[in-house]
Parts: sequence; structure tokens; C-alpha cells
Amino acid sequence: MTDLITPQVAHADDGHPEEEHHGPTGILKWMTSTDHKVIGLSYTVTSVVMLIIGGLFAEIIRAQLSSPNGTIVSLAQYNELFTMHGSVMIYLFAGPFAFGGLANIIVPIQIGAPDMAFPRLNALSYWLYLMGSLTMLMGFFTAGGAANFGWVAYAPLSNSINTPGAGADLWIGGLLLTGFSAIFTGVNLTATIFYLRAPGMTMFRMPIFTWNMLVTAILILLAFPVLTAGLIMLYCDRHFGTHIFSVAGGGVPVLWQHIFWFWGHPEVYILALPFFGIATEIIAVFSKKPVFGYKSMVFATLTIGALSLGVWAHHMFTTGVVLLPFFSIMSLLIAVPTGIKIFNWIGTMWRGELWFSTAMLMALGFLFTFLIGGLTGVYLASPPLDFFTHDTYFVVAHFHSIVMALVLAGMGGLYYWGPKFTGYLLNEKFGKIQFWFLFIGTQIFTLPQYLLGLDGMPRRVAIYPHSPQWKSLNDWSTFGAILVGISMIVFVVNVGFSWKRYPAGDNPWDAQTLEWFTTSPPPHHNFYRLPQIRSERPTWDYNHPEHRSLAHGTGGTGTHHEPPLANAIVGLLEHDQDHDA
Amino acid sequence: MRVEAKILLGLGTFFGLMCAVYWNWSLENAGGVMMFAGMLLCFLPGSYYYWWSRRMKARPEDDPQATQSEGAGVVGSFPGSSIFPFTLGMGAFFVVLALVFGIWFLVPGLGLAGWAVLGATAEGRRGGHV
Repeated sequence: MTDLITPQVAHADDGHPEEEHHGPTGILKWMTSTDHKVIGLSYTVTSVVMLIIGGLFAEIIRAQLSSPNGTIVSLAQYNELFTMHGSVMIYLFAGPFAFGGLANIIVPIQIGAPDMAFPRLNALSYWLYLMGSLTMLMGFFTAGGAANFGWVAYAPLSNSINTPGAGADLWIGGLLLTGFSAIFTGVNLTATIFYLRAPGMTMFRMPIFTWNMLVTAILILLAFPVLTAGLIMLYCDRHFGTHIFSVAGGGVPVLWQHIFWFWGHPEVYILALPFFGIATEIIAVFSKKPVFGYKSMVFATLTIGALSLGVWAHHMFTTGVVLLPFFSIMSLLIAVPTGIKIFNWIGTMWRGELWFSTAMLMALGFLFTFLIGGLTGVYLASPPLDFFTHDTYFVVAHFHSIVMALVLAGMGGLYYWGPKFTGYLLNEKFGKIQFWFLFIGTQIFTLPQYLLGLDGMPRRVAIYPHSPQWKSLNDWSTFGAILVGISMIVFVVNVGFSWKRYPAGDNPWDAQTLEWFTTSPPPHHNFYRLPQIRSERPTWDYNHPEHRSLAHGTGGTGTHHEPPLANAIVGLLEHDQDHDA
Repeated sequence: MRVEAKILLGLGTFFGLMCAVYWNWSLENAGGVMMFAGMLLCFLPGSYYYWWSRRMKARPEDDPQATQSEGAGVVGSFPGSSIFPFTLGMGAFFVVLALVFGIWFLVPGLGLAGWAVLGATAEGRRGGHV
């Protein structure tokens, strides 16, 4: 059957249930659905499974490193494990979880759209992502094992002489598929945000999460085609006798690093920006305040996106062939918009009515952990310090602080938005237990790695010299990794325990943005009715008319409304009275 | 439409400036070319939006005072469920396996992909309530 996308008019709900959607059910629904909520849920579940697989690799790696001459895996298996740990976490978990999972479900609802702009393309994205993931993991079942050249696949290590075998080719093939999946999702998100907003939802009234997803989508479109092109060149070098990355035939190995990191650094922000958006939404809702500095938040996101194209070679300082001052300046500049964001997050909480639910704790944990990772990133942007710490555990600790912060924010997103798309809340007690295991585990597992790095322990080694200090620091790190693993078990137990146990209702958090106006889970095509949108938090304005938001940009075309300024002042006065009472 | 155009044109302009500084300073071509291409990729849709933003009235979603009734009506139709994204995805999967295990994987790969292209087109052409 064919679906007509018909937006519902406000207050058009006349008691008749919306025309029921007759589609296939069961496994056929999973295979054929073009509904963004079904696809988004498939994405979320698949990427959480990938998180668990990648996490298992990490636990094996940490177990191996808990003694200087670990014998849990062989040296060759260790290479496969750290390669696939990085690949699974970066390509198959963090990105798809954010832009394929949560964004796919939440962005159309947040802007009042009935679906994504290209529903069938959206479904294709999911299938390419799933099959790409399976292709990459298939390497473990081939004779030569999975890819083992590190998740960055530097030339000439990745050529056919140094890395023969099907595992490397499966890695390339899997990345081609997931890369195209990301590009299609980027197209879809951009078109949805530009063309399917509800009336009154101007660009500067979109929730910060949607803004961040827009910039993420633009970055995907800028970065991912470069990676795809690079992978095709790498494949040609491996199989068709070209010499693009080999010195012997007149090629340039460093060219691979340029191409890879030209994708790789924007990719860091493709991973990070959605989680910044999740944290922004959570902090605003659980402080019962609008986002502090909405426009500066948008500006900071756009600035991070703009700068991200000019910082790639800070991963290549030690190659000796990149322009150090340019990349150092650009990388240090990233600290400015990031600092604005952290300032705004604190400003949002300032004098707010804080509610320390699990989601809020996760967002605060994100803030703390991200600050550590961000500050050590500033050190690494300085070439003299980078020369000293390049390829040591200091770098590993830096980016694990960042990505563990993202995991914290992502878990917060599941606790916050899970009730919206499943209809059921997760248990808060288990959630808080999970938070403390995850948060404390993260610090215990990353902080010793900074010290190891400053002491000179190189990354990607399976055995290391006997030294009591290195041994004890590695033990602490392993202990932290185990705590993080326990937190994941608690999460899985919580999902099982809370399964259809706590009905959520439409708006369990007294939240502010449009997705909380509809039912949980939302109906087919998302809305029975929409409120008038007069600010960046329409649901809040509808539920709390006495505390209406100060409307952004209402000075425009309207004549049939009371003057917005007077409105705002009345709102402010009422707000103050409330506090005095 | 205007804000959308400004975002992309602004990003493109910034990439252009950055590209000019970088290319002249470093004389390194790979990064210069990629930044230049990034600039073009922003200018292409950006100038399209700009062109339209000057020629069309503000849409309801660009009007801060719009009421929900202005958005009523059909904005598009599409198949409510479709097997062809799955078919095309499996086709692409087999094509990629052909890169690794042997050229014969192209037979199921291109077969499934071709079927998906034909099937999805026919599905779209039928249109209306099916």
C-alpha cells in the first residue's frame, strides 16, 4: 500500500483514531518497513550489539595487558583485536548509533515531520550498514584472520605484500558499504531538516540536537566520499597493480594518511556532535530551563563543523611533511567553540531546578569526562608535546576519555529518549548503578593510561618490558575496563528487567521539545496534532502557558498576536513571582 | 530558505579562505584539492538554495507566525513498506563479496541489484493508493 504524507493540523483530533496503518508484521516488518522509527530502532539495536562486540575485544585486550608477557592471545591475534576493536567502535557503533539510530528516530519528530524525506533510501542505509558490519566481522572466519593493520590502515602496511589475505579486503568492503550507508543518511537528514519542518519551526527554533545533526550530516557529506575514494585507491593498489600509495611505482604513502585523516578528523566531530546535542537536550530538560545561549550554541556547532575540515594533519605531525603552524593553530582554535559549549551547559544548569535522573547523571558524567579528554586534546594540538607523546598511551587515553564521554551521553540518550520510542521507562535504580560503574570505571581505565603514555609506553603493543610501575598502572586500567564491562551487563539486565514494565506516558520528564508532544511510541507518521510553534520549546509553552518562552524572532510578519516583547515581560514577571512565593 | 542558504554559503566561503591560506602556505596538493572540493560541495547546494530563496515566498516553516493549518495537505507519497531496499542492500553486499572472494559473486549481486532497481521504479510509478 502507498502512504500519503499528510501533516496533521493542530487540534484536528476529532476523536476518530488515525487511519490505521496496515503493513506487514513480525520479521517481514523489520525487512520491509520504511518507517523512520522502525529503521531507527533497528539501527539502535544493531549498534548497541556492535558496542558489546567491540567491548568484548577491549576486555580481551585489557586482559592481555594485565601482565607484561600476557599469553591470553598471540601477537598476531592481538593485532587483529585492536584493529577490529577500533573499527567496530568507530565505524559500526559510535557513528551509526548517533546518526542512524537516535537521530533517525528523534530528528523528524523534533521538527514535526511525518517521516524522513526519503524513506526507502533510509531503509537502504540500514541494510548497507548491517551488511557492511557483517562483512567486516566476517574476517574472523577467514583463514588469515581479520584485518590487522590498525583501524587507520596506513600504507605501506596495508598493501598486498604486508597484509595479504581476505580479512583486509573484507575490512575495505565493509567500510565501502557502511560509508555509503552514512552518506545516504547524511543526504536524508539534510533534506529532512531543510524541507520537512512543521509550520512555524524556523531554523532558529530547531532543538539543539537537530542543529547538531544538521551539521553532522553536512560533515558526513563532506568527509565520507573522501574515505570511499581512498578505499577504492587502496583496493586498486592491493589488486590491480596501481602504485598510488607505494614508493616503488612513484606513489606517495603519506597520501593515504592525508586522505584518511581528511575523512578521519571530520569523522571525530561526526561522532561527537550528536552526543553534544543529546547532552544539551538532557541538561536543559532536567534543569527545567531553556538552553542557555541558544544562538551561541548553534554558532559553536557551526564553527566546529567549519574548522573540522582544516585540522586533519594534527594526526600526522610526526610525519615531518605537514605544515605544523597551520594545523596547530586550527586545532587549538577548536577549543574556543568547545569551550563555549561547556560554558553554556553550565549556564543552563545555573540556578535551574536540577533533577538527577539517570539521564542527567549520564550527561553530567559526559561533561566531566569530555572535559578531561578535551583538555588533553589541547596539549596534543601543540607539536612539541605531540612529538613527545605521539603513538603512546597518552593519545590512547585522550581519545578514550572522549569516546567514553560519548558512550555516557549515548546511554543518557537511551534513558531519556528510550521511553519515547518504546513507550516504556527504564528502571532508575539499575540506571544509577549502571552510571556509577560506567563513570568510575571510565576514569579508572583512562587516567592510568595518561601516566603510562607520559612514561613512554607505546600503543598497539601486546607485551611490554617488566616494570613494576607499568604493571600496576596497566592493572588499574584493566580493573577500570572490567567496571565498564559490568556497567554494560547492568544495562542489559535493566533492559530485560524493565521490559514493558513502566509505561511512560507522553511526557514523563516534563520535557520541552516537540517529540514529547506526541504519544509514546508515536503513531504512524508521528503526530495526531501539533501545537503552535512560537519558540524553540513548543511542548513546554503548550504545557506551561504561564511560563512561556521568550519567543525568538517573533518580530516578523505577525499582526494578529499581542506584541511579543510585552508577552515576554509578563512571562518574566510571572516567573519571578513564582520564585518569590 | 534564506538561513539554509546562508549556512552552506558561509561554510563554503570559510573553506575557500582556509584553502587559499593553506595551499599558498604549504604548497601541498592533496589537502588543497580536498579543501577546494569541500568548498565546491558547499557552494553547489548553497547557491541553489540562495537562488530559490530570492524567488519564492517564505514557506510556512520559515514564517515565525505560521499556524499549523498552513502546513496541511499532502506533501508526498511513497510506498508504506517495500522489500526493495533490502534487495538492493543484499545486492550491494554480494557485489562487495565479489571484490574479496571472486568475480562470480557479481552474478547474484548485480542480479539482486538490478531486480531492486526495476522493482522500486515500478513501485514508484504505480503511485496513488495501491
